[in-house]
Amino acid sequence: MAVEVDTAAQFSQFAHPERLVSGEWLEAHLGTPGLVVVESDEDVLLYETGHIPTAVKIDWHTDLNDPVERDYIDSAAFAKLLGSKGIARDTTVVIYGDKNNWWAAYALWVFTLFGHEDVRLLDGGRAKWEADGRAYTTDPESATAVDYPVVERNDAPIRAYKDDVLAHLGNPLIDVRSPEEFSGERTTAPAYPEEGTLRAGHIPSAVNIPWAKAAAEDGTFRPLDQLNALYRDEAGLKDGDSIVAYCRIGERSSHTWFVLTHLLGFEGVRNYDGSWTEWGSAVRVPIVKGAEPGDVPAAR
Amino acid sequence: MTDLPEQLAEIRDDFLGLAVKERLQLLLEFSNELPALPERYADHPDLFERVEECQSPVFIFVEVDDANIVHIFAMAPKEAPTTRGFASILAQGLAGLSADEVLAVADDFPQGLGLTEAVSPLRIRGMTAMLARIKRQVREKLSS
Repeated sequence: MAVEVDTAAQFSQFAHPERLVSGEWLEAHLGTPGLVVVESDEDVLLYETGHIPTAVKIDWHTDLNDPVERDYIDSAAFAKLLGSKGIARDTTVVIYGDKNNWWAAYALWVFTLFGHEDVRLLDGGRAKWEADGRAYTTDPESATAVDYPVVERNDAPIRAYKDDVLAHLGNPLIDVRSPEEFSGERTTAPAYPEEGTLRAGHIPSAVNIPWAKAAAEDGTFRPLDQLNALYRDEAGLKDGDSIVAYCRIGERSSHTWFVLTHLLGFEGVRNYDGSWTEWGSAVRVPIVKGAEPGDVPAAR
Repeated sequence: MTDLPEQLAEIRDDFLGLAVKERLQLLLEFSNELPALPERYADHPDLFERVEECQSPVFIFVEVDDANIVHIFAMAPKEAPTTRGFASILAQGLAGLSADEVLAVADDFPQGLGLTEAVSPLRIRGMTAMLARIKRQVREKLSS
């Protein structure tokens, strides 16, 4: 049974306000039957240093990825993972994390691949929860296992593969990496050279809107008018567009995917999770260098 | 390959003796044990070199004293406990070794700690980069 939505005024402006909860709401609802809080971080130890009371930990790298192939876990593994965390198919899941909810948004996106319906983000993530002086606990995780059904993972609506992106050229592409990665000055994100590629630059015609522009200083999402200025005015996105967002391994673009889909209400937004670590090393794919998007290339 | 120095081998064996999940707890203990900077460095962040390969900012400074013994100082924010843990393992594991002994430590030592599964291969590369920085600074100190 879905837990009531957060009707806070700051969320009502968004297309899908039910996708966000505030710290105030979460604090008041901790322990509500049917609610599970999930922490998902870049730093794999943060949960252990202190987490929101009752929260369970799901790590994108070690829990949601297949240990061998570069893909997400399959339906059976997802069912096993969620069941072990006390999450049933109709559970309301609230995800939060470090770095402006960067990995939390990635986890939410993976939940969406499996069609988990009620999954929300804690606006502002860990940073805001802490800044507001709310409590953490170091109690070990104590979920009671439940049954989660084995449901088919449905990638097509929200996930783009490399060939999908080639076929998509001519439609809006949002590159959410840093300007230096976009222009091809560097093959890696600042501070992340371990994810280097063989070539630098961006997918032709992509517009560069670094993901963090959607977040305010306190880690919360910016208000609707600012997001519209960024994505509709600056990036030129229009209702009805088919949109693909990408970054380096798909985590920053999950944040942008969340903004476009749930806050601005675009339908048909896909995250290209292969992103630059695939495109920048793939054979015979078009690449543009420099600060300009560049033209849509002729089909090869 | 040269055998690991005793204290590094001990740290490795401690990790390998634990179940994967408990290895994270041990890493957290290391994280909490990262010593504060000695006073002579506390006000000189300019002396520290930032390890760009790490996902979170970590600063490393290496001293080689007159007896050719290496001392490692590191600084990382509390929001980055994994990075602090990596730095702490290296600082403790290499403490008191001679410059030559530090340089002889295998570059891929972090891969053998049994943490790859617990924290992911991508994350463990941050520690490999940290070790490379430490060795480079030792070489620079020796040649200066």
